[in-house]
This record gives sequence, C-alpha cells and structure tokens, in this order.
Amino acid sequence: MSALGLADGGGPVIPDFGQGSACLRHNHWFCKSWVAQHWSDILQPALVQHIYLTVIAVGVGFGLSFGLALIAFRFRFLGPPLGAATDFLYTLPSIALFILLVPVTGLTVTTIEIPLVAYTLFVLYPNILAGLRGVPPEVLESARGMGLTRAQIFWRVELPLAVPAILAGLRVATVATISIATVAAIVIYYGLGGPVFDAIGQPDIFRTELLAAGGLAILLALTADALLALLQRALTPWSRLR
Amino acid sequence: MIVASLFVDALRFIPDHAALLLDKALETVKLAFTALGISLLIALPLGLWLGHRHRGLTLSLGVSSLGRALPSIALIGVFIAWLGVGFWNVTVALVVLGIPPILTNSYAAVDGADRDAVEAARGVGLTELQILTRVELPLGLPLVLAGIRIAAVFVIATATIAGIAGGGGLGEIMDNPVTYNESGVLAAAFCVAAIALLTALVLGLAQRAASRRMAPRA
Repeated sequence: MSALGLADGGGPVIPDFGQGSACLRHNHWFCKSWVAQHWSDILQPALVQHIYLTVIAVGVGFGLSFGLALIAFRFRFLGPPLGAATDFLYTLPSIALFILLVPVTGLTVTTIEIPLVAYTLFVLYPNILAGLRGVPPEVLESARGMGLTRAQIFWRVELPLAVPAILAGLRVATVATISIATVAAIVIYYGLGGPVFDAIGQPDIFRTELLAAGGLAILLALTADALLALLQRALTPWSRLR
Repeated sequence: MIVASLFVDALRFIPDHAALLLDKALETVKLAFTALGISLLIALPLGLWLGHRHRGLTLSLGVSSLGRALPSIALIGVFIAWLGVGFWNVTVALVVLGIPPILTNSYAAVDGADRDAVEAARGVGLTELQILTRVELPLGLPLVLAGIRIAAVFVIATATIAGIAGGGGLGEIMDNPVTYNESGVLAAAFCVAAIALLTALVLGLAQRAASRRMAPRA
C-alpha cells in the first residue's frame, strides 16, 4: 500500500468465485447466501460506521452552521461573504478534497469528516439563515408590542418559526451526507463505501456486494429522511392546526 | 515538514508530467461535459415546461430527493457491471446523476416566476412559448443557472470516480499510487479541483450577471 493508502483491498477477502455457490460463480446481481453469510462481518459493521460518520458530520455541521447563521443574522453585512464561503466549499469535488486532506490529517476518520462537514454547511447555513430572516415583520412587531425582550423574541418567536426551514435543510444535508460518505472509502476502508469500492475493484465487478452495500446506503438515506420528517411534524404541532 | 514537501512534490509533478495530466484531464472534461450536455437537453426543457404548466411538483421533488440519495460511486459501478466499461456507458450513469439538480431548479425557477408578470404577458397577447422564453425564463434564470452549476460540479467529481472503475481520466491516476506516486495522486486531485472551480466560477459569473439584470429597478 502506498503512503496515501488509497483504498486498495484494505477490506475483507472476496469469496473465491471458483469454489463459491453457483450464484457467486455466475456473479449474479444478488446472492442471498453471500449477504446472509457476510452480514455480520462486512455489511453490518460498515452500516454502523456509516451511521457514525453521518451523525458526526451532520451534528458538527449543524452546530457550525447555526453559529454562522446567528452571526450573519446579528451582523447583516456578514451574510453574503459567509454565503460565498460555504458555496466555495461545496464547489471542491468531494473526491479531490478527501485526497488532498490525506497529507494533512493522515489516514484517519478526521480526513473523511472534514469534507463531509464542509458539504453540510452549504445546505444548512442558508436554510437556517433564511428561516430566521423569514419571520414576518408583523409577528415581530406584535411580539415587541407584548413587551418581550430581544432574547425572548429570539427564543420564543423567531427560532420556533424557523424550525420548518431548519429541518428541511437538515433533511437535505443528512441524505446528501449519507450519499457522499460512500466516496470517502477512497481514502480509508470505512463505512458502506468500503464494500462498494471492494466490489468495483474486482476485475469483474462483484455485483452482489456492490448492490448490497449500495442498497443499504440508499435505505439508510430514505430511513433518515423519514425519521427527520416525523421529527419535523412533532416539533411544529401548530402547522397541522391550520 | 512532511506535509509541505508532499504538496511541493505534487506541484512539481504538474509541470513534469504536464502532457499526461493534460491528456487525462481532457478525458475527464470530455466525459463530464458530454454527460452535462445530455442532462441539460433532457432536464432543462422538461423542468421548464412542467414549471410553466405548474404541474409535476411531485415528480420534480421525487427526482431531486432520489438524486441526492443515490450514492454516485455505487451507481457508476452498477452501470459498468451491467453495460461494461466504455465512454458512453459511463456517460449514461453521469447523465442520471446530472438530471436531478437541473430539473428541480428549472422547475422551481419557472413555477415561482411572478404570476402578475405572467398574467400581464398573457394579456398583451404573447403565446405560451413566448411567455416561457421571454418572461418566465429570464425571471428565473439565476435559479436555473444555480442548478446547472451544482450539476456541473457533481458530474465533474463523479466523472473522476468513474476512472477508478476503469472509465479513464484523472481518476485513473488517483487510483494508481503505485505507478504515479503520492505526488501524482495529489496532482490529479489538484487538477480535478481546478476544473470544478473554473467551471463553477464561469457559471457563477453568469448567474450574477443574470440576477443583476433581473434585479428590480427602483
């Protein structure tokens, strides 16, 4: 392996096509027996790692975006330059960013997380800011008229009304992160991208492993999206009353 | 300072292997822009027309969320396993990935065009096609261009990944640290970033020019 250690067979051994079942020998699209056999040593650990990658990236990205959006909300003139900066990060292709970070942060999970966090900013920051700024002036006027302080207005009026926009951004960011995280396996064997790259690295692409790992990534994305949609409903009970 | 020297080596690799990098970069660019062109031909008219008719919101939203959920690398793999390696096979996979952002944004751009302006145009006697091309499209142009920009960056990045699966281009260098050394891998990554940034810059400038032209005048 090179010093950069780009994913080349860091993963588990691929079954010997010569001695495998007929399904494997013919490289069919989906061999149930292989999936059942390797669920616990390949697929399940990869899935757990993928969830871990996503939760950290979206969590850190959300915290950063929220902070940046608050700064831009408070100091209006900072809005456009911060927007341009998050835009710029998104313009760097994921694959290039993952590789360019290797000499700096090494073959670690950090190397994967930095680009993933950077990509969430592109979606989360503008959504949070738009949500906070989108509160109708009449509403703010009446809140002020009721005698709420600036802090109370933020916590009791602006933030709750921004929740739908914030969660919409969170859904997009989460789904995109789950998808982009598969590319991260070009750097280290981690997450569902590991088995995907393994399958593609075979002379004749190993179809079952490719479909099983790729399919798990799609299922994970759809599940996360549905869960966040439920959260959105639970957090904004007033939107159902109308 | 191992880090600095690695980057210096990568930067030295660029002039030393300029012909190779240019060759591979052209392969990637050709692949990416062919795919982007086909995506545009499919998604732009469809999105504009659906937006004009204010129909197909579910289709547009569905396509965009599906597009985000598809792991690009797995999709490329499936297409190559299915059709084999080849310029057009990889192009088809890239087209599938390029369509969603263009479709969704062009739909939203036209769908969200000022209804009063559209009604006024209809009142003046413009045909539906004229309304679309002379009123709705100019009004929504910044959003349409933003969608094209997102698709372009995405397709360029994924065209690189295609090289790993045997599709040629800069990805081939990235996947071959044994032949090209780490400096070559890093240099190829620089090139990909440069191509994407340049494309985004050009489209970003076009987007700015379009939104300035459309800014409401006092």
